[in-house]
Amino acid sequence: MSRSPRVAVVVFPGTWSERDYAHVAGLLGWEARLIWHAERELGDADAVVLPGGFAHGDYLRTGAIARFSPIMRAVEAFAAVGGPVLGSCNGFQILCEAGLLPGVLLRNEHLEFRCDWQSLRVEQAIGPWLNQLAPGTVIRLPISHGEGRYYASPSALADLEATGRVVLRYADADGRVTPDANPNGSLNAIAGIVNERGNVLGMMPHPERAAEAEVGGTDGLYLFRSLAAWLVAQPAAAERRL
Amino acid sequence: MRWLAEVHIRLRPGIADPEGQTIAGGLRALGFDSVDDVRSGTLLRLGFRAPSREAAEEALASMCRRLLANPVMETADWELRVDEAPADEVSA
Repeated sequence: MSRSPRVAVVVFPGTWSERDYAHVAGLLGWEARLIWHAERELGDADAVVLPGGFAHGDYLRTGAIARFSPIMRAVEAFAAVGGPVLGSCNGFQILCEAGLLPGVLLRNEHLEFRCDWQSLRVEQAIGPWLNQLAPGTVIRLPISHGEGRYYASPSALADLEATGRVVLRYADADGRVTPDANPNGSLNAIAGIVNERGNVLGMMPHPERAAEAEVGGTDGLYLFRSLAAWLVAQPAAAERRL
Repeated sequence: MRWLAEVHIRLRPGIADPEGQTIAGGLRALGFDSVDDVRSGTLLRLGFRAPSREAAEEALASMCRRLLANPVMETADWELRVDEAPADEVSA
């Protein structure tokens, strides 16, 4: 793919991170298209982002109403044909509610809204979003959530671990996974998972808030660079149209 | 026929409920020393029309399955009764 990537950033009522994603796309010379949730088509996007925020007020449960927004049918179809989808923070919660990822995000165990920089250990450097990293690498990204405690049934959790789909874990600065390094009580310190095919990534941390040294870190750029590398290697993605 | 339902959405047993634990701690701090268990949940009151009790139950089950509860973490049950005096029929 020779042209610059086009990223569709879905905007629900209450989404708050869409402009941060658009800003980072601008820094990289990419095209970001903000897509209102009531739309039904993603156009010729190369990748889809479900950003953070409080879609539909997070009423009932986080992501519960958002998953029925009209644009989600297009997101599901895009994911089904292997298109790269990233859901961060509220986007992760929506992906879980939509059944594109297993499990659910519950209220943080200490009931606090936690807004901080967090070290993460890369467990699997796979798929469109993490291929420029290496397993065992420690990256630092902001977290900003009150409901980030990952939970899945024992069988679903065992399946995720056995198939290597836990891609990011909360850790300390040296990459050790300890109870103190877990900011919300997530099972197995899970910070990010992918679907079976690997094209859909859900993660609580915010890569879009760590793309410039001025804001404290640039490790979020690994995800964007991974996507760019993946798109170059998958020219068919540019022809996909939904 | 109009129906009134109270739907109780509860966290599944075994799932940690920090909100319930915190409320229990608050009650103990007030002197209710014997409180050893509080579980939080959601109560929804619904009014809707359905031709029969069977149809109303079926509709509620579908609402819970599709939106109101997430089976990964929650269960739902409800109490259902006939609305004896629906507002629009009273005014008519």
